[in-house]
Amino acid sequence: MNISFDKLDKAFENRVRLQIMSVLAANERYDFNSLKDLLGITDGNLASHLKALEKEEYIVVHKSFLGRKPNTNYEATDKGKKAFKSHLNTLEQLIKQQKLT
Amino acid sequence: MEETELQNELASIRSIMERSSKFISLSGLSGILAGVYALVGAGAAYKIIEDAHSKLEEAILRVRAQEPLVTTTPSFNSYVTDYSSLNWKLFAIAVIVLIASITTAILLSIRQAKRKNQPMWGSASRSLVFHTMVPLMAGGCLIAVLVFFKLNHFYHPYYGLVAPASLIFYGLALVSASNFTFGEVKYLGICEIILGLIAACLPGHGLLFWALGFGLLHIIYGARIYFKYDK
Repeated sequence: MNISFDKLDKAFENRVRLQIMSVLAANERYDFNSLKDLLGITDGNLASHLKALEKEEYIVVHKSFLGRKPNTNYEATDKGKKAFKSHLNTLEQLIKQQKLT
Repeated sequence: MEETELQNELASIRSIMERSSKFISLSGLSGILAGVYALVGAGAAYKIIEDAHSKLEEAILRVRAQEPLVTTTPSFNSYVTDYSSLNWKLFAIAVIVLIASITTAILLSIRQAKRKNQPMWGSASRSLVFHTMVPLMAGGCLIAVLVFFKLNHFYHPYYGLVAPASLIFYGLALVSASNFTFGEVKYLGICEIILGLIAACLPGHGLLFWALGFGLLHIIYGARIYFKYDK
C-alpha cells in the first residue's frame, strides 16, 4: 500500500485553512474575531481563507447582529468535517509509512 | 514533506483544537492561593464565632444567676446585638475571600495566557465563565433564600443547609465548566459535591467542611495543576 501526497486535500494545503478547520472541528461555532485572535493573522488574510473554504462548501457562515455590531460565526459543514477527518487520516498514514521505510 | 514536518503539522492541529475550545491558561498557583485564603478566612470565622459564643454564654449565665449586669460591662442587649451582627461579619469574610480568590485567578491567568499564547477573553474563556456562572448563580440565589428565611427572630430553620448547598453548587459549577478547561476540574467538582453531601448529613460542622472544600481541596488541585501544566 502506497499513499502518496496527492491524496492530501488540496483545500488544506494552506496552513491557515487547516488551522481554521481544526478550530471548527473542535467547536460547534466560532466567531470571526476570536478566530483572528487565536490564529494571530490579519482580517484580510483570514477573510480570504474563509472565503476559499466557503467556496469548497466546507464551512457555512452565520451572520447576525449583537446590538449594532455585526457578528459573523462560522460552522463546519458535514462535508467539511468529513474532508478534515480524511485529511488527518492521510497525514497519519503518511507518518506510519515513512516510519516503516 | 518530511516525517517531522508531518508530525509538527499534527501537533499544531491538536494544539489549536485544544486552545480554541479549552481555556488552558488557568494557573495552578491561583488554586493554591485560593485555598490558602479560604483557610485563613475559615480561621478568622472560627475565632469570631467562638468569641461571640463565649460572650453570649457569659451573658446568659449572668442572667440565670440573677446577677445584675454591671454597668461597666455592656448590657445583655448589646451581647445579643453582637451575636446577630455575627452573620454580617461572617458574610464579609466570605466576600473578601471570594474577591481575593477571583482577582488572583484573573491576574495569574492573564500572565499564563500570554505565556501560552491564548487570548484571555476569547471564545474558550467566555464559555468557561458562562458554564460556571449558571449553576453558581442558581446556588447563590438559593442560599440567599435559605439565609433570609426565618420563622422568627431567633429561628432560621435552613441555616445548616448553607454550607452543604454552597459546596454542592460550586461542585456542579466546576463539573459544568470542566468541558472548557483542564479535565482535572471535573474531579475537583465531584469531590466538592461529595463533601457537600457529607456536610448535609453532619449539620453544625459547616465551617469545617467549608475549610476542607474551599481550602484543602483547592490546594491539592492547584498543586496538581501547577506541577502538571504551569511549568
